[in-house]
Amino acid sequence: MKKFLMIAPLALGMQFAVAGDDMHAEFKQMMDSSFKGNGIAEKHRLYQLDFQAACSTEKSPSPAMLKAIEAEQMKTIRWPSDGKYTGDWKSGEKIAISGRGLTWNDKADAANGGGCYNCHQMSHNEISYGTIGPSLLNYGKLRGNSSDMLKYTWGKIWNAKAYNACSNMPRNGDAEILTERQIKDVMAYLFDPESPVNKP
Amino acid sequence: MKKRLTLAALAIVAAFTAPAAMAEGSAADGIAQYRAMLAEGNPSELWELAGEDIWKEKRGPKQASLEQCDLGKGPGVVKGASAALPRYFKDTGRVQDLESRLMSCMETLQGIAPENFVKGKWGKGEMEKMEQIVAYVVGQSRDMKVNVDMSAPQMKKMYALGKEAFFYRAGPMDFACATCHGQDDKRIRLQDLPNLTKHEGAAAGWGSWPAYRVSNGQFWTMQHRLNDCYRQQRFPEPIYGSDVTIALSVYMAKTANGGTVMTPGIKR
Amino acid sequence: MGNPMRIRAAEKDGVTEVKVLMNHEMETGQRKDSSGNLIPAHFISELTAKHGDKVVLQAEFGPSVSKNPFLSFKFKGGAKGDKVVVSWIDNKGDTRSDEATIG
Repeated sequence: MKKFLMIAPLALGMQFAVAGDDMHAEFKQMMDSSFKGNGIAEKHRLYQLDFQAACSTEKSPSPAMLKAIEAEQMKTIRWPSDGKYTGDWKSGEKIAISGRGLTWNDKADAANGGGCYNCHQMSHNEISYGTIGPSLLNYGKLRGNSSDMLKYTWGKIWNAKAYNACSNMPRNGDAEILTERQIKDVMAYLFDPESPVNKP
Repeated sequence: MKKRLTLAALAIVAAFTAPAAMAEGSAADGIAQYRAMLAEGNPSELWELAGEDIWKEKRGPKQASLEQCDLGKGPGVVKGASAALPRYFKDTGRVQDLESRLMSCMETLQGIAPENFVKGKWGKGEMEKMEQIVAYVVGQSRDMKVNVDMSAPQMKKMYALGKEAFFYRAGPMDFACATCHGQDDKRIRLQDLPNLTKHEGAAAGWGSWPAYRVSNGQFWTMQHRLNDCYRQQRFPEPIYGSDVTIALSVYMAKTANGGTVMTPGIKR
Repeated sequence: MGNPMRIRAAEKDGVTEVKVLMNHEMETGQRKDSSGNLIPAHFISELTAKHGDKVVLQAEFGPSVSKNPFLSFKFKGGAKGDKVVVSWIDNKGDTRSDEATIG
């Protein structure tokens, strides 16, 4: 919530005015007059973070810009408070399956889902998976559970933009979509040898 | 010749064909087969029938029908009208899609206030009538080609604004329309996603909405389709008939130009 | 009186194919509304199709049939220009009858 008010050191937003200043002003005016807040989906959600603006062009921003965004986003990652990266894979599976939360139909106090299956293949058993993201089948089995791998995966789930500036993947931790506890459970779903992700 | 069907027999035909087919072919083949079966009895026709009556009915404070409504082909011409929408209208000075144009007609000819729709609920009251009229009008362009006239400078501007809106990322999940509809051959769960930045995908998407949705038994207009996309994007709610919805429609329709109109469609 | 049906009937080689699209909520009685109250069941319970005076199809419907049901069936003996009449009655006693000419 507080985040979109933050002024980033780099003027990333400037890159965005591709169609000329007049056109851009008209665009902003159009967006502003076309939306209304509804329930928890308040009007301010319309206003962009700097990196969102930079990633709103048809063509990818410059490599230097991407690097700058990634460095900024890396600072947002909070590592597990007790040093433990994994929780309960069974609960993680439920979170991965649920795509609920944060729409104007949802209540503020409802638990959000991770919506992982919308975009990723994960378990050996679930055939209803999306393909916008890569397959995560056998995730832990293929990659092992070294501390580097656990740390990388945690960071990626917390804020995918730290690794790929204009990634399609939401910032689950940074944007407060999932709690630390929920991310631990999703981590267990990916890494636990007993999880259906790793065991047919 | 007397036959007696049990409800079970009917239910089997209606509900269980798709999973049985899926077990054999790929999931996508099964879904395609399921859709082909649904298309034969598209309940959109019920909305079309009702809409045709409402079009001709004298309604509203001014007790007038919509038969003088100009959808761009002259007063009262419905045939082929929606295939050429959105377009720029001199009388309102705006680029309008079908629904915003119908709102104008209802206001000026019948005295039915736009608030009925802007503050309305899907499937209720005047909005239900709007949905029925939309079904009737888009059915009158079925099998024609999408043919949107881009010569007006206002249309060119709306196209540019629509394209910018399409790539605009915001909200707690950082989504834009392009997140799901900017690449070929992607899907969410088992739902195929048309790539709306290319002709083929835009023709498939723009050409098959408005549509009846079997899963909830509702008829969705294009405004309703866009509204629910933004809900899933976790954006605030787009206002009915607002410029962003029209700009996106121009972007999709122009990209779909030359494709076949398959409306009203049917979706699972 | 219920909402109108859409009926099409076409004869080919002595067989008439009838396609009926009904306009009905077909509420199961098991769904709840947004405030948690049970939505009362409301569904077509019986459907009859007649060719002239002759009943060519009689069907029992129930809550498991989808909203806005589609029904397709064939019978022998119809000729182009004849009328086919389809009627239903639902569990609340509401009825609807529509007809189509065989083409």
